[in-house]
Amino acid sequence: MSQRNSLRTMPDENGHYGIFGGRFVAETLMPLILDLERAYEEVKKDEGFWKELDGWFKDYVGRPSPLYFAERLTEHFGGAKIYFKREELNHTGSHKINNTVAQVLLAKRMGKTRIIAETGAGQHGVATATVASRLDLPCIVYMGAKDIERQQPNVFRMRLLGAEVRPVTSGSHTLKDAMNEALRDWVTNVHDTFYVIGSVAGPHPYPAMVRDFQSVIGREAKLQILEKEGRLPDVLVAAVGGGSNAMGLFHPFLDDEVRLIAVEAAGDGIETGRHAAAMAAGTPGVLHGSRSYLLQDEDGQVIEPHSISAGLDYPGVGPEHSWLKDQGRLEIAPITDAETLEAFQLCGRLEGILPALECAHALAHVAKIAPGMDRDQIILLNLSGRGDKDIFAVAEHLGVKL
Amino acid sequence: MSERIRERFAALAAEGRAGLVTYLCAGDPDPETSLGLIKGLPGAGVDLIEIGMPFSDPMADGPAIQAGNLRAISAGMTLNGVLELVRRFRSEDQTTPVVLMGYYNPVHRMGKERFIAAAVEAGVDGLIMVDLPPEEDEEFCLPAKEAGLDFIRLATPTTDDRRLPVVLQNASGFIYYVSITGITGSAAPVADLVGQAVRRIKSATTLPVAVGFGIRTPEQAAAIARNADAAVVGSALVDLVAANLDQDGKAKPGLVEAVHGLVRELAAGVRGARA
Repeated sequence: MSQRNSLRTMPDENGHYGIFGGRFVAETLMPLILDLERAYEEVKKDEGFWKELDGWFKDYVGRPSPLYFAERLTEHFGGAKIYFKREELNHTGSHKINNTVAQVLLAKRMGKTRIIAETGAGQHGVATATVASRLDLPCIVYMGAKDIERQQPNVFRMRLLGAEVRPVTSGSHTLKDAMNEALRDWVTNVHDTFYVIGSVAGPHPYPAMVRDFQSVIGREAKLQILEKEGRLPDVLVAAVGGGSNAMGLFHPFLDDEVRLIAVEAAGDGIETGRHAAAMAAGTPGVLHGSRSYLLQDEDGQVIEPHSISAGLDYPGVGPEHSWLKDQGRLEIAPITDAETLEAFQLCGRLEGILPALECAHALAHVAKIAPGMDRDQIILLNLSGRGDKDIFAVAEHLGVKL
Repeated sequence: MSERIRERFAALAAEGRAGLVTYLCAGDPDPETSLGLIKGLPGAGVDLIEIGMPFSDPMADGPAIQAGNLRAISAGMTLNGVLELVRRFRSEDQTTPVVLMGYYNPVHRMGKERFIAAAVEAGVDGLIMVDLPPEEDEEFCLPAKEAGLDFIRLATPTTDDRRLPVVLQNASGFIYYVSITGITGSAAPVADLVGQAVRRIKSATTLPVAVGFGIRTPEQAAAIARNADAAVVGSALVDLVAANLDQDGKAKPGLVEAVHGLVRELAAGVRGARA
């Protein structure tokens, strides 16, 4: 067998993934980020921490999440066998809670007494508010005013969980602005506050830490598919906004002979300029603490992204995704709002599952590639969240009044 | 290292007073008004001019400067436009130091080599890059210094004794002490605490120390000027720009005079501080 270097050893000691990653933050935050890095390096080696986390995963989150054979979709497309990693069955309805349980436990260990988070679709906000409530810590969630409008059920859920949801009205009123505002809060409340970042973005060590916490998805999926099929899948597909569910699934497979497809939100179509496809159409830039692919204009101003899915409506992407794209390890597939709506409805009709609009993007890409594949090939899709939160947005797009 | 910055702080020391540094965002509220504002600053008593390079996502700034950045971008200001503004200022004033303050992405997009060469050529003396901590020095700080630009480092209340040497290592020109943990234009600093912090920094470096964030009035500027080598005022001036716009966001007559009026009062505060 030919030897090749592992792709699973990133980042370097300064948090760089090739030219990507790094720590592009204000000096006020640097000592905190270094503290966090030290604390994370400690728990990484601490078996007690991972044992505690496993307990939470099993009894509170409901892990392992099932690997489900989507038989009717497989028949419908008439090609590759399609499996869903059912992250939407986790407590709170998405993969986000894997990371928030771990980060809030870490916050407790570090003696922090106040939790902040940003949220787009509200899934990360709900997952953070949930764990903060359980561990008895006050929680403030920053959310773009436009996202509050289109994700009302999640806003109310966060409030029921005792979190304070602060509307963000700067910039484009979406996820990137919520992240700016959370960073401003953190700079102001450095002494007691832990910032729970929801994606594999932000300054080092966040992208690596969130990846490690989310990698439970890929580790489980690998065991489960080997058990069911006796071999690894041919293709992994996941939607990418910041990229946490994709990285969680992909990372344990990076050194295996498996195609990895990152599906980006093409909004109204890449050619219209109204999209959120940072890797397909962006250029390297620096935002929110790291270098990654970024939607920006000629002058380096960040372009307001667009997607039907609030969770993908982000102008950047994680640094490790950016690096893997440049390595040629990651395939990038843009999917439009219209294609997403179709996949969303199809999944409900055939499998009895309403997927979140985020992973409905991934399913729409599966619809494109599955028919052309052999029947003994396997596609494994990360069904990262449930679609209940999206029914109002979908109804509006379909012209239905609820 | 910039001669203009060194000479200006040496002159201030010889006069036995602190300096006044003002921040305005380039192109706010429009390029021509902005040039008029900046040209008049030395005459109104400013010792060192800080000019903001507008960015769509100014993460360390409060609402006032966020709004100023967005006004400038909407009015068509670009990074090339910022450099052109400095060039036009410099053609009439060869002694007042100019430092550009901003975030890394626009510079990164232009290309760091191209930006550094253009900044030197335009007559920029130093740079304050909010989101480039010492950990990223090889990226931009070292090449900028090599080209003769000062790299002005921020120290903050979270810069403890372990961190301070790291912050000072590649710093030049002066140290900018951020007087509060927070964003620009928020809480007012406590003068006694600032005094302690400035003394701590000065015991570790020979560079001058300027203090900013939250200083809005001549009295506050004077209190800071008793302990620091310079006081920096930004949001209060940018707020005054905002207050002198008409319903369409265009500059009202008297905007420039109003801003220069406040600058004069601040300069008087700073000059009288140690009297």
